[in-house]
Amino acid sequence: MRTVQVSEITKNIKEMCIEANHYLSKDMEAVMEKAAETEKAPLGKQILGQLRENLDIAAKDMIPICQDTGMSVVFLEIGQDVHLEGGLLEDAVNEGVRQGYTEGYLRKSVVGDPILRENTKDNTPAVIHTRIVGGDRVKIKVAPKGFGSENMSRVFMLKPADGLEGVKHAILTAVKDAGPNACPPMVVGVGVGGTFEKCALMAKEALTREAGSHSSIPWVRELEEEMLEKVNSLGIGPGGLGGSTTAFAVNVNTYPTHIAGLPVAVNICCHVNRHVVREV
Amino acid sequence: MEKHMHVPMTKEEAAGLKSGDYVYLTGTIYTARDAAHKRMDETLDQGRDLPFEIKDQIIYYMGPSPAREGRPIGSAGPTTASRMDRYTPRLLDLGLGAMIGKGKRTQDVMDAIVRNGCVYFAAVGGAGALLSKCIKRSEVIAYDDLGTEAIRRLEVEDFPVIVVIDSEGHNLYETAIREYQK
Repeated sequence: MRTVQVSEITKNIKEMCIEANHYLSKDMEAVMEKAAETEKAPLGKQILGQLRENLDIAAKDMIPICQDTGMSVVFLEIGQDVHLEGGLLEDAVNEGVRQGYTEGYLRKSVVGDPILRENTKDNTPAVIHTRIVGGDRVKIKVAPKGFGSENMSRVFMLKPADGLEGVKHAILTAVKDAGPNACPPMVVGVGVGGTFEKCALMAKEALTREAGSHSSIPWVRELEEEMLEKVNSLGIGPGGLGGSTTAFAVNVNTYPTHIAGLPVAVNICCHVNRHVVREV
Repeated sequence: MEKHMHVPMTKEEAAGLKSGDYVYLTGTIYTARDAAHKRMDETLDQGRDLPFEIKDQIIYYMGPSPAREGRPIGSAGPTTASRMDRYTPRLLDLGLGAMIGKGKRTQDVMDAIVRNGCVYFAAVGGAGALLSKCIKRSEVIAYDDLGTEAIRRLEVEDFPVIVVIDSEGHNLYETAIREYQK
């Protein structure tokens, strides 16, 4: 048994909120650089250049990459040999978000009630997904999610007869509908299988996978590669103003499902695709 | 075509802009997004005046992040325009000259753009740090209680935008992608 103070979680989440909103992750940087070379449209190239310049200014002057600094999505993998001490875990996570968004000059974009819509003024609460795993460590993933792209995300409850073609059609439909609204070039997270909520969660988590990496399942890897090519053939391009780079990556996660169903979720993220991972 | 323009602009100047033009705006623009639009709409329903004279003005769909000390504004990129679509035709019919946002518009908005000889510009989504450098002054002029969603008057200098929908209804989001569709 290893004891972890929840204040340690708070401190890390605070720093991760600030880091994710000012610095592009290395994997995203690599795919963006590659796209700047391969983009065919002159305007598309120009926009990718602006995005590059934007990242430089964000890091140098500590101005958030995007004014929509997101709703904080936090994935926690807690080793079952960890003993958490010093308070409630969820309170510690929310305190980290509160400190990060207040002290880091990040936008407070959360309303406390979806209908009454009064701003909570500190960007809490976070959306927290906790999983108990083996070992004595706590793995934290912070993924601030902007809603320009979140609004364009979809769940499709397909039939088994729809098969792989149905999955491909669902992905293309979501990306086409998203178009310029989702701040392309996008990252497309896909969940296939499970239940209604499981496929949505898989799609979200797929976004946090390292860009450019692939599934270890052969048919899934092929699907990821084929869909990236097909998505980039839609012509939407950077900013939705035409071009050969509509997405940087299509990441697919899968899970067993029911004999009667084929749930598919498509979670779309903008070109920043903020995610930071730490282990304590 | 690359152009430099002083804003607000007249309807004649707006008519000279074509879908696909890359324009640098200098002058005064106003911010408003979801909550401010809802409140403006309610204000009009109650027969009262809007908090600023919108004739020929430009509304930028934007809610900034907080400014650090010594800066006029924080990150300041465009938000998705379509969420304002249900309020927009009414504002255009009242004289609003142009909008800056990102993403698609409804047919109702496009019709109102053409009917009133207006323009819809896009700024690059997710370039909020870069765009903040073109904002020289920012002042909340209404709905202070809405925080980031308050209405602000901005002084901008060479603020880069692209004409997406022009006063004749040409839509760059539809035409530009055709060339790169396979």
